[in-house]
Amino acid sequence: MSTGTQAGRRGDVRLAMQDVVDGLALWPLWIRLGWNDILQRYRRSVLGPFWLTVSMAVMVVALGVVYAGIFKITLRDFIPFLCVGLIVWGYISTTLSEAGGLFTGAESYIKQIRLPYSLYVCRFIWSKVIIFAHNFVIYFGIISYFHVWPGSAALYAIPGFLIVTLNGALASTYLGIVSARFRDIPQIVASVVQIVFFVTPIMWKPELLGARSHLMTWNPFHHLIEIVRAPLLGQVPSLENYVAAGVITAANVLVAAAFFSRFRARIAYWL
Amino acid sequence: MKMSVKPAASSSQAIISLDRVGVSFPVYHGGSRSLKKAILARSSAGRIARDANDRVTIDALRDVTLSLRTGDRLALIGANGAGKTTLLRVMAGVYEPVTGTVEIRGRISPMFDIGLGIDVELSGYDNIRLRGLLLGLSSQDIEGRLSEIAEFTELGDYLDMPMRTYSSGMMLRLTFAVATCYEPEILLIDEWILAGDAHFIAKAQRRIDFFVDKASVLVLASHNLEICRRWCNRGLWMAQGQVRSFGSIDSVIAGYEAGAA
Repeated sequence: MSTGTQAGRRGDVRLAMQDVVDGLALWPLWIRLGWNDILQRYRRSVLGPFWLTVSMAVMVVALGVVYAGIFKITLRDFIPFLCVGLIVWGYISTTLSEAGGLFTGAESYIKQIRLPYSLYVCRFIWSKVIIFAHNFVIYFGIISYFHVWPGSAALYAIPGFLIVTLNGALASTYLGIVSARFRDIPQIVASVVQIVFFVTPIMWKPELLGARSHLMTWNPFHHLIEIVRAPLLGQVPSLENYVAAGVITAANVLVAAAFFSRFRARIAYWL
Repeated sequence: MKMSVKPAASSSQAIISLDRVGVSFPVYHGGSRSLKKAILARSSAGRIARDANDRVTIDALRDVTLSLRTGDRLALIGANGAGKTTLLRVMAGVYEPVTGTVEIRGRISPMFDIGLGIDVELSGYDNIRLRGLLLGLSSQDIEGRLSEIAEFTELGDYLDMPMRTYSSGMMLRLTFAVATCYEPEILLIDEWILAGDAHFIAKAQRRIDFFVDKASVLVLASHNLEICRRWCNRGLWMAQGQVRSFGSIDSVIAGYEAGAA
C-alpha cells in the first residue's frame, strides 16, 4: 500500500462518503438481509427470536434476586435498574463483539458483486436493533410488575438510543475493517468487552463505589449506558453524561472516517 | 488508485475503460495475518520482523489497458490463473485496482456465482425478491416481473416452498431466471456450467442469446472457444496477468491456438 497523494486522499474521502450515501439508500436491501440474519438463527423454532427475550428475562430475574440480596437493596429498586442496564449492555456488547465478522462474514457478497460497504454495516446494526427490540419487551413487563413509571423523562431515551446506535455503527465499521486484516482483533475485543462488563455499573449501582464514584467519569460505556438507562428509570441524564457521549461520538466519527476512507478499497483484497 | 462507476445516461454510452490497471494480492498465511507479527515487526529488528515484512504478493494483473464501448462483446481467454476472473471482478467493481484507473459507465450485471444471496430456508418467491434487490432492482420492479420470472422457472407451486426442498437443477432455474430478468447494460459472465436438464438448457441458451443481443457490452471469460466465437466480436488473450493480445475475436483465437499448440 503506497501512501496516496493529496488528491488521492481527497478522492478516497469522496468515494467513502459516496459509499455511505449509496449504502443508506439501499435500505430495502439491508432491512431484508438484517431480518434474514435473525430469522436464520431461529428458523423452525417455536418462539423464534423471542428465545432471546426469554433468556434475557430469566437472567434479569435470577441476577436481580441474588444481587439485590448481596447489595441489600429492595427488588423494586434494583431489578428495573439491572433490567435496563443488561438490555442496553447486551446491545452494545453484541455489537462490539460481533463487529469483527462484519466484512469477513459477507465475503461471498463482497467478492461477487459491487455493493456499498456501508450496506454491510447497516445490515449488521439493523439486526442488532431487532434483537434489542425483542429484549426491550422485558422492560415493559418489569415496570408494570413493580409499578415504576418513568414519566415523560423516558423520552430522553430516544436520542440516547440513537447516539448509542450511531456509535455502534461507527465502531463496528472500523472494528470490521481491522478484523478483516488482522484476524485476532475479534478475540481481543471479546476479552475487553468481558472486562468492561464488570467495571461498568450494570450489575451494581455507581453509588456503591462511594468516594471513588468519580472513576466512572472516565468509563465511556457508563455514559453511553446512562443516556438510555436513566430516562427509562425516570431520571434525566446529567450534563456530564451528554458531554461525554458527545466526545465519544466525535472520536468515533474521526476514527471511523479515517479508517473507512483509507482502507475501504482494500477490504476486498483482505478477504 | 482510481475507480469510478457511474450509471450510463443512456445505454448508448455504456463504456468500460481500463488504463494500465494493476492488481496484486497480499498473501497472508497463518501467522503473518496476526496483529502480533505486525507489532513485533515495528518494535523489533530480529528474525520475526523479517518474517512479518516478508510479505508475499501475487501480481494478478499487470498493466492491463483496454477500452470497450457499446456493441463490444469481449471474450477473455487464457490458461487457468491467467487473471481472467480477477479482470472480470475489476470490471464488476469488486476490486479497486492498486495502480492505474478504471472507468465504468453503465449498469453492471455480474453473473459469476449463480447462487449468491440464496437463502435456502426462504421460499422461492422470497428468494426471487431478495436476489432482485441484490441485483439493484427496486421492490416495484421485482413485483412487476415476478410472474414473468415464475413462468420462466416452470417451478409452479414449488415457488411457495423453502428452497432447501429444491434440487440443484431447480435452484439453478430460479437463480438464472432472476439474473436474466432485466436488461443489463454491461454483462459480465464467468464460465459456469449449466446443470439443468436438456429442456432447460435449450431455454437458457435462447435466453442468453437474447440477453447477449441486448447487453450493450458483454465480457465473457471462457475456455470454450466455440462459445467465445459465437457470442463475441473481440478477444483478449491473457497470460500471467498481462494482455498477450487484444483485437478481433478470430485473430486472437488464432494466435491463442497457435501459441497453445
